[in-house]
Order: sequence, then C-alpha cells, then structure tokens
Amino acid sequence: MIRINRRKTTVIYAILLATALLLIYAFGLLIPKDALAGSFQEAGLAPSPAHPFGTDALGRDLILRTIKGLSVSLTIGLLASLIAAVIAAVSGIAAASGIKAADACVSWIIDLVMGIPHTILVLLISFALGRGLKGLLIGIAATHWCSLARLIRAEVLQLRAQQYIMVSRRLGKSGAFILTHHLLPHLMPQFFVGLVLMLPHAILHEASISFLGFGLPPEEPAIGIILSESMRYLSAGMWWPAVLPGLTLVLIVLLVDRMGDCLQRILNPVHAQE
Amino acid sequence: MSLNAEHVFFRYGRKGPWILEDRSFHFDRGERVALLAPSGSGKTTLAMLLAGYLTPQKGRILLGGAPLPGKGACPVQLICQHPEKAVNPRWRLEKILAEGGPLRGELLDALGIERAWLTRFPLELSGGELQRFCVARALAGGADYLICDEISAMLDVITQAQIWNVLLAEAEKRGMGILAVTHNRHLATRIADRIETL
Repeated sequence: MIRINRRKTTVIYAILLATALLLIYAFGLLIPKDALAGSFQEAGLAPSPAHPFGTDALGRDLILRTIKGLSVSLTIGLLASLIAAVIAAVSGIAAASGIKAADACVSWIIDLVMGIPHTILVLLISFALGRGLKGLLIGIAATHWCSLARLIRAEVLQLRAQQYIMVSRRLGKSGAFILTHHLLPHLMPQFFVGLVLMLPHAILHEASISFLGFGLPPEEPAIGIILSESMRYLSAGMWWPAVLPGLTLVLIVLLVDRMGDCLQRILNPVHAQE
Repeated sequence: MSLNAEHVFFRYGRKGPWILEDRSFHFDRGERVALLAPSGSGKTTLAMLLAGYLTPQKGRILLGGAPLPGKGACPVQLICQHPEKAVNPRWRLEKILAEGGPLRGELLDALGIERAWLTRFPLELSGGELQRFCVARALAGGADYLICDEISAMLDVITQAQIWNVLLAEAEKRGMGILAVTHNRHLATRIADRIETL
C-alpha cells in the first residue's frame, strides 16, 4: 500500500482543482453561443447519454449551461473575493499599525459598511455602476472585506504585543522587515481561509443580484441564475436542473476547501513535521 | 559610559498601583551587577524599562547621558525569562539566530548549540535549548549592555553553569556590562561584583 502524506494529498487536491478549473474555463471558452440556445422539442428531458445533465424547461442543454455558468460565476467569485481579501488585509494591517487616526477611520468604515444589509449595498453599487460584470465585481468586493479586515486587525494587534516582535525591533529591524517577515507569514493562513470562505458567499451574492435583475443579464448562464430558475420547476418533478449543477458547484467549493485545509496544516509549524 | 535610570516611576495602565516609585539605578560598562529581589517587586519591569521595552511615566532612562536610540540595534539587549515567547514559532532556528546578526561558530559550540537544531522549529526544542539561542542572538547584536531577566531560572544546574560561563567570558572579552535579574542569592554572589536589591 502506498503511503500518502499530507504534502502529497495537498498536491493531489491542487492538481484536481487546477484540472477542474482549467476544464471549466477551456470548455466555457470553446462552447459556441448557439450550442447554448434551446429547442422546445427537447424541453424538460431527464438526464440521458445525449444530455448528461438533462435539459431545462426551455430545452437548453444543462451540462453546457452549467460549465459556461461555472466559468462565469467562478471568475466573478474568485476575482471579487480576491479583491475583497486584499482590501481586508491592507485595511486590517493599517488599522493595527498603531496610528490612532487610521484605526478610527478603518473601524468607522467597517461599521458603516456592515450596518447596511449586503444585498442592498451590492445592488446599489452594481446599479450605480451600470450593472453587468464591472458593477457586480466592485459591489461584491466593496461589501465582503469587512469581517476579514476585523479578523486581521485583531490578529495584528495581538501579534504586535508578542515578545519576539518587540525583540526584533530592539535588534534594529525596521517596520518593513517586521511586516514582511513576522506579520505577513502569520497572516497568510487567515488570508487564504478568509478567501476560501468568501468564495461561495461571493458566488451566491452574484446569483442573487443577477436574479433580482441588477447584475448579469438573464440570458447569461451564471450558476446562480440556473439554480434560481430551477426552483420554479422543482415541484413539477424536474429535479435535475437543481441537483446536478448544484452538486457541481458544491464539489468545486469542497475541493477548494479541502485544499485550503491541507495547506493550513502544512503552514502551521505545530503539524509541519507530521 | 553608563546606563542610568533616574527617578523612574512606572505603573501598568492609568490607574494601576505604582510598580516602581522614584527608583534610580545605574551600572557601567564592564560591570557585573545582580538585581536581587523577591517575586512581584518589579524586577522584570525595571529590566524592561532599562532595555527600552517600556517607557517610564516619569523619570528618564539614559545611556551615556542620552535617551536610548529609537532606531537601529539597541546597545542594551534584554534576554527574557521565557525563551519560547521570545522566538517566532514559525521561523526555523537558523533564521531566528540570523536576526541578531552574524555570529562566530565557536560561540555556538561554547553555548552547546548543535548544528542539527538550526533547521528545526522552536516547538521542537526544550526551553533550555531555546534559551541558548536567545543568548546567542543577543550576543550577535553587538550589545554593550546585556540584561538577563531570570534567564536560567528554569534550567538545570549544569546548563545554567554552561550558559553563564559563556556569557561572563564574552562580557569580559568585549567589556560589556551585565545585569543579572534573579532571586537566587547563590547565583547572584557567584556571578556579580555588586548586588542591588529592590
């Protein structure tokens, strides 16, 4: 029996995830527009060899729609959470830098953004920026950084009080050295976990805003749009438009999550030599 | 040149009790002083004030007549009581050691630091082993004054003797001033020229 350690497991997860993402993006680009068009003769077909995921009520092939939708949704989700996580890291570190005004300013903005319901704020920003991809991206990024920023701020405050950071300062190390060598490596796991946790959030918000008509145009096959459309036909016994695209999304998110978990265990010195 | 605390007042927080009240203290380069006092009398606080880790509410800490430098390597280095708190748990020990600056190999040998430890993480070493690294790191910085806050309280007697022998030899060679904070009277009389109490 081959022994698989955590490092190898992580590599396997990373390869699986990379392959899945690559396939999704490649197919998403390769699928021609007319392959996504529906035909009413084929409406509401159950999964079969010709249509592995079945077809929806408008006769559109669901596997193609799911792949195309995933590529759109994942792009928006990934980009938006990446931007949000970077905003969170920068503002969190700035707030904890020891400058009182910066802390007050960042905390005030966090309270302000958190005080308004996410959906309404995303909706307003997206609408003000003319809907579409750009509006959604900025809207989601501008609303999702708050809790991670708070987490990072607290973490940095706690780290800065650590003796080894004070020792480092007395040994003549600059603020930049302490930031890049002491603080950032400590924050990396938080950052990645925050990013991974934000991803499904961002995808769901993208879907809900698109559903309400303030995000992507309704003919665009985003995974959220497919899922919300499928709800209407669930009671008619059409289970496949909800279950199969939903499962695919869950699988991808689970893969990201498992990889993040393994990565964190490797990065954590308590488990490093296991 | 000497390190002085002049009429220092200190308390933690704005309403806490005074830990140090109108306390003065001084020691010179090349001097070996022991600070002997029971627990809770402010030994560690005074040590941290002298090394610039804390600033007094009233009074001044002067190094050769001027305040401690805020930038660059501080000529007064503190070795802490708990070495596991004074090292970054995510760094390998070679990086921790390098933070102080370049170090002569024979000093590592004298302190009994094995080369195999350098690639390990702090969690994989015992307190005594880690304390040697802290001593080496403080010595590498080229300090003129070394404040040793109970650095050997948790070590076995042989390790204590080994570390103190290295420290005293180095202090002799470089003309460093050493302040040993302790509540062990035997250790104090053994290593110091002068014993102060709080």
